[in-house]
Amino acid sequence: MDLLENKGVQIDKQSLTWKDMAGKPISKLDDEAFTRVRILLMNALELDALRLSHMGMRMNNELRQSLAQIRRIEQHQATAVNWLLSADHSPLETTIAYEQVAVEVTAAVAQREPDPYLAQVYRFGLLEDFDHLYRYSALLDRLEGKDANNILQGHTDIAPGRPTVEGHRAPVDDLRLPHGRDATLLTKLHATLITAAEYQTHDYYMTIGPMFADPVARQLYAEIASIEEQHTTQYGSLLDPRQSFLELWLLHEATEVYGYYSCAQSESNPRIREMWERFCDYELGHLHHVCGLFRQYEKRDPAEVLARTLPAPLEFKSQRDFVRDVLAAEVDLRANGVDFVKLARESSLSREYRRRINADGSPSTRVATAYHWTSGTELNRSLKAA
Amino acid sequence: MDDGTEPGFNRTGAQSSPLSVHSMQLYADERVPEEVSAPDEMPDGKEMAAVRCDYAVEAERIGSVPMPGVLTSAFTAVVSKLGARKPEVLVDKLGERLAFERIGVRLYQALIDKAAALATQQRMPFSVDDLQRLRDDELAHMHVLASALDSLGADSTAQTPAAAVSAVAISGLMQVLTDPRTTLVHCLEAMLIAELADDASWELLISLTAEADQDQFLPQFRSARDNEKAHVRQIRGWLQTVVLGEAR
Ligand SMILES: [Fe+2]
Ligand SMILES: [Fe+2]
Ligand SMILES: [Fe+2]
Ligand SMILES: [Fe+2]
Repeated sequence: MDLLENKGVQIDKQSLTWKDMAGKPISKLDDEAFTRVRILLMNALELDALRLSHMGMRMNNELRQSLAQIRRIEQHQATAVNWLLSADHSPLETTIAYEQVAVEVTAAVAQREPDPYLAQVYRFGLLEDFDHLYRYSALLDRLEGKDANNILQGHTDIAPGRPTVEGHRAPVDDLRLPHGRDATLLTKLHATLITAAEYQTHDYYMTIGPMFADPVARQLYAEIASIEEQHTTQYGSLLDPRQSFLELWLLHEATEVYGYYSCAQSESNPRIREMWERFCDYELGHLHHVCGLFRQYEKRDPAEVLARTLPAPLEFKSQRDFVRDVLAAEVDLRANGVDFVKLARESSLSREYRRRINADGSPSTRVATAYHWTSGTELNRSLKAA
Repeated sequence: MDDGTEPGFNRTGAQSSPLSVHSMQLYADERVPEEVSAPDEMPDGKEMAAVRCDYAVEAERIGSVPMPGVLTSAFTAVVSKLGARKPEVLVDKLGERLAFERIGVRLYQALIDKAAALATQQRMPFSVDDLQRLRDDELAHMHVLASALDSLGADSTAQTPAAAVSAVAISGLMQVLTDPRTTLVHCLEAMLIAELADDASWELLISLTAEADQDQFLPQFRSARDNEKAHVRQIRGWLQTVVLGEAR
C-alpha cells in the first residue's frame, strides 16, 4: 500500500452512529482467538491515539482544532472496536486474551524487528507477559473453574515464564535506549504499537482489578498492573524523544493504518473485516491530514519520516516455537540500566526494590502454587490419570 | 472479624439526610420530563424495550455446540433418537452441567476457606468435613459428566453456549463467596442459589438423557440428583440455624 498516495476517507466524511459503535459483538466460542487479539490490539492503538492527542493539545496552540477533530473520530473508532467484545467474556477471560496479545504480537514483532537491541527488548518483555498468562490461567481455573484454553484456542502455551515475582525492577532498570534518528519505519511502527498495547493492558487491569471480591485476585491484579506499567515505561522509552510532536503524530497515524491494514489482511470474520477495511480508510484520511499539517508547520516532507510503502502486514498467528526457544535461552536475563545482563549481574537497586515490594509475600507465586495447566482445568487431572 | 449483622450509621437512605432529600424531591418534581408514564403503567421505559427488542431480533447467538469429531455408536444413537430434535441439545446441556459442577467445586472451596476463618470466632453449624464432602460430591459429578461427554465422542473440554451463559449467571455467587467481608449467612444464601439450580438442572438433564435413549448414563445421573437434593436440604438447614440463631 502506498501511504502517501492513498488518501483514504476525508476526515469530515468520517462518522459513526451509536448503533455502529454498539454493534454486534463477536462470539467468544466460535470466532477465532486472533479475531479477539486484533480487537484488543486495535482498541489499544486507538486509545493511545487519544492519549497522544491530548498531550499534543496541551503543548500546541496551533494544532488544537485538528487534534480535537481527529480525536473525536478516534474515540468513536475505539468504541466500535472495543464493543466487539461480547459480554459473556468474564473480565478474567478478557485478561487471558490481553496476555495472549502481549505474547503473540510481541513475539511476531520481535522476529521482524530489524534493530537487534529493540528485538532483544521485545524478547525480554515477552517472557514476562508469558508468565502473566500462566498466573492468570491459574486464577481463572481456581476462581472461575474455567480452562484458559477456551480463550487461547491452542495457540499459546500456558507454563511459567520469567517468574512475575522476579520482574519487579527499580524504575531506572526499566528504561531502554531509544531508537536512532535513522531507524526504519518498521522499527517505529513496532515501538508505537507495542507501547500502546502495554498501556491499554495496564489501564484495563487498573479498571477491573478492584471489581474482584477475592483478595487473591485483587492482589494479583495489583501486582501485574505494576509490571504492565514497567512494560509501558520500557517500550515507551524506545521511542526517540528527539522527535517533534508532529512527527510522533504522523507516526501514530501511520501505525494505525498499518494496524488496520494488517488486521484486514488476516481477518477471518467478514463482518469484522469490513470494519478493519473501513477504519483503514479512515486512518489514511487522518494520516493525509497530518501530512498537510507537517508540511505547513514543519516545512518538511512527510516522506522524511514515513516510507512510501507499508512494511509487510503484521502476523497474527501462533509463535509457539519462537516463544519456547526464547524462554529456553533467555529466561535468566535481567536488566541493569538499559542493558540486559546475566542473573548475577542484575542491578542492586532492582534487588532492593524487589525485597521491599515482595516483603508481605508474592501474590503471583501464591495463586499459581503447584499449578500445572491441564486441558479441561486442573480438576480434570484426576480423571485423566484414572 | 465480626460475623454478625450490626446496627450502625448506614448513609444510603433518605432518612439519613431528610432536609436535603426533601429539597431534592421537590426539585425533581418541578422538572419532570415531558413524557410521563401513565399512572396505571409500570414505569419501565418503553424506549428501552424498543432497543432491547431490536437487538434481540438482530443478534447472533452466543455460539455453537461443538459436535463430535469422530462419531461414536453412542452418539449415533443420540442422533437417531433425537434426530430432528437436535442431538446438540444434549451435548450443550451436558457441557453446561459439567461447567456448573466444576464451578461448584470452586464455590465450596471458597466457602471452606471462609468457614476456616470464621470458625476461630464463632460456632459453626457444620464441620469443615461436611463442606469437603459437598465439594467432593460436586467434583465427582463433574467427572461423571466429563466421562459421559467423552463416551459420546464429544469434547468435554469445550465451553458450550449453555456453559458460557451459566458462567455469567453464577459469577455473582463467586463474588459473594470470595469477598472477605461477607458473612456466613451471605455465603450460605449464595450456595443455596447454586444448589437449587443444581437440583433442578439434574432433573432436566435426566429427562433429556432418557429422551435421547442414553440409559447407560441414568443410574449415575440419578444418584447425582439425589446428592443435590441432600445438598439443598443441608444448606437450607444451616442457613436456618445461623439466621434464627442470630436473630435470637
Ligand atoms: Fe502482561
Ligand atoms: Fe506486559
Ligand atoms: Fe487515527
Ligand atoms: Fe450440589
